[in-house]
Amino acid sequence: MIPFDFSYYRPDSAGEAVALFQDLDAQGKKPLYYGGGTEIISMGRHNNVDTGAVIDIKSIPECGVQEFQDDSLVIGAGVTLTQIHEANLFPLLAQAGARVADHTTQNKITLGGNMCGSIVYRESLLPLLLTDCEVIIAGPGGNRNAPVNDIFDKQVQLNRGEVILQYRIPKSLVNSPHVHVKRTKSEKISYPLLTICALNSGQQVRFAFSGLCGYPFRSKEMEQALNDTSRPADERADHAISQLPEPMADNLESSAAYRQFVLKGSLVSILNELGG
Amino acid sequence: MLQMIDEGLIELNINGETRKVLVRPADTLLFALRERLGLTGAKPGCENGDCGACTILLDGWPVKSCLMLAVEAVGHQITTIEGLENPPIQQAFVEKFAFQCGYCTPGFIMNCQGLINNHPEADEATINEWLQSNICRCTSYQEITAAIKSVLQKNPA
Ligand SMILES: Cc1cc2nc3c(=O)[nH]c(=O)nc-3n(C[C@H](O)[C@H](O)[C@H](O)COP(=O)(O)OP(=O)(O)OC[C@H]3O[C@@H](n4cnc5c(N)ncnc54)[C@H](O)[C@@H]3O)c2cc1C
Ligand code: FES
Ligand code: FES
Repeated sequence: MIPFDFSYYRPDSAGEAVALFQDLDAQGKKPLYYGGGTEIISMGRHNNVDTGAVIDIKSIPECGVQEFQDDSLVIGAGVTLTQIHEANLFPLLAQAGARVADHTTQNKITLGGNMCGSIVYRESLLPLLLTDCEVIIAGPGGNRNAPVNDIFDKQVQLNRGEVILQYRIPKSLVNSPHVHVKRTKSEKISYPLLTICALNSGQQVRFAFSGLCGYPFRSKEMEQALNDTSRPADERADHAISQLPEPMADNLESSAAYRQFVLKGSLVSILNELGG
Repeated sequence: MLQMIDEGLIELNINGETRKVLVRPADTLLFALRERLGLTGAKPGCENGDCGACTILLDGWPVKSCLMLAVEAVGHQITTIEGLENPPIQQAFVEKFAFQCGYCTPGFIMNCQGLINNHPEADEATINEWLQSNICRCTSYQEITAAIKSVLQKNPA
């Protein structure tokens, strides 16, 4: 039971959603866009969400798209992880999404919600970071497009009132050789001790990580180290680990030392599998 | 645009019938089913998306009703355990002794029915992936797996 009240709106267009957000914001309702609602409901039950209105994005036509358009795979922010897995148009994204929470919950979690939520892992974001895809955003200033690596830098970088409508992923990368690794403390369904997505773009192997630090990331320095073909794989892995953007997480899922051990082994086996 | 500002009546399509139900916009579907409509088959367990005891079908797919607002279900087809008309999976749970206390059973059966609807040719990995969404504290897992497999094997495919 959610112990406080809020209003619910399900607009039929992006323009209507943005105008509604501004109106509700001006009334002091602290509106929230609502994707799958899994985080809003589960945190709301503990009074950890402060809102007087939610704006469900699932009837905005752009948010439900999942198709190839010209040179891009376009996926709406309201598409669920199950829909992505079933369509399997971007196998690495399908695989990563299929390890977020459990299968039934994946029927509800949306791609946009997994990126914009406050739970730090955001595992379905990793394949998007690897493709440098474009994010299509609607907001009070109109629509804008921005690279995903700008929109997500340690946290989501959206202006107040902005909503993510779609991701435009380069078609040339969706079937690239890839590896997805998720390691948990014990249960298969759990938050990750580490998650790695790697994709061979043809020029180099790209890596994105979750669980290692307080946010998911892709690091140019680590990618450079891992693609230094003049060195053997285990030296490359050691060098990459020394370039982590912040100290290794040390928490209930794993000690920092064990995480480092698992990370090194995973990096070496990914390099062996994908070349680079 | 669908909007619900305060507590009020909404219409939900449940088990093939249109039902009017008085809810707050912040009420979960699980709450509406149990406390407002007397459909107590969906069980509250964790109310946090972890246990699957509250699973129903939404447009044929399993959803945890504790992670869905009642108003969010407007315009969709809801099926609860009360709406099943003795399909093979219910009989299979009896034949394979796939429950002990029974608390998790409606949630497991709805999830299994969702799998049968959507993937009648499901392989072992798919069965395992789907069943991991539910928890049985009496640990009837082997028997539940045997029940779903027995139904899938009977499919003409
Ligand atoms: C049982 C369970 C297990 C979980 N396990 C994992 C796990 O293993 N790994 C993992 O990464 N996560 C996990 N999660 C967390 C889960 O990631 C979040 O609950 C989920 O990602 C939120 O997605 P949603 O679509 O339901 O978002 P919502 O709850 O709808 O929204 C979350 C936030 O994002 C904002 N938002 C949503 N959509 C948009 C949009 N299009 N534009 C702008 N802002 C938006 C909302 O305003 C809100 O602040 C788990 C959750 C549960 C319930
Ligand atoms: S009560 Fe819904 S998942 Fe546990
Ligand atoms: S039979 Fe008791 S919880 Fe499953």
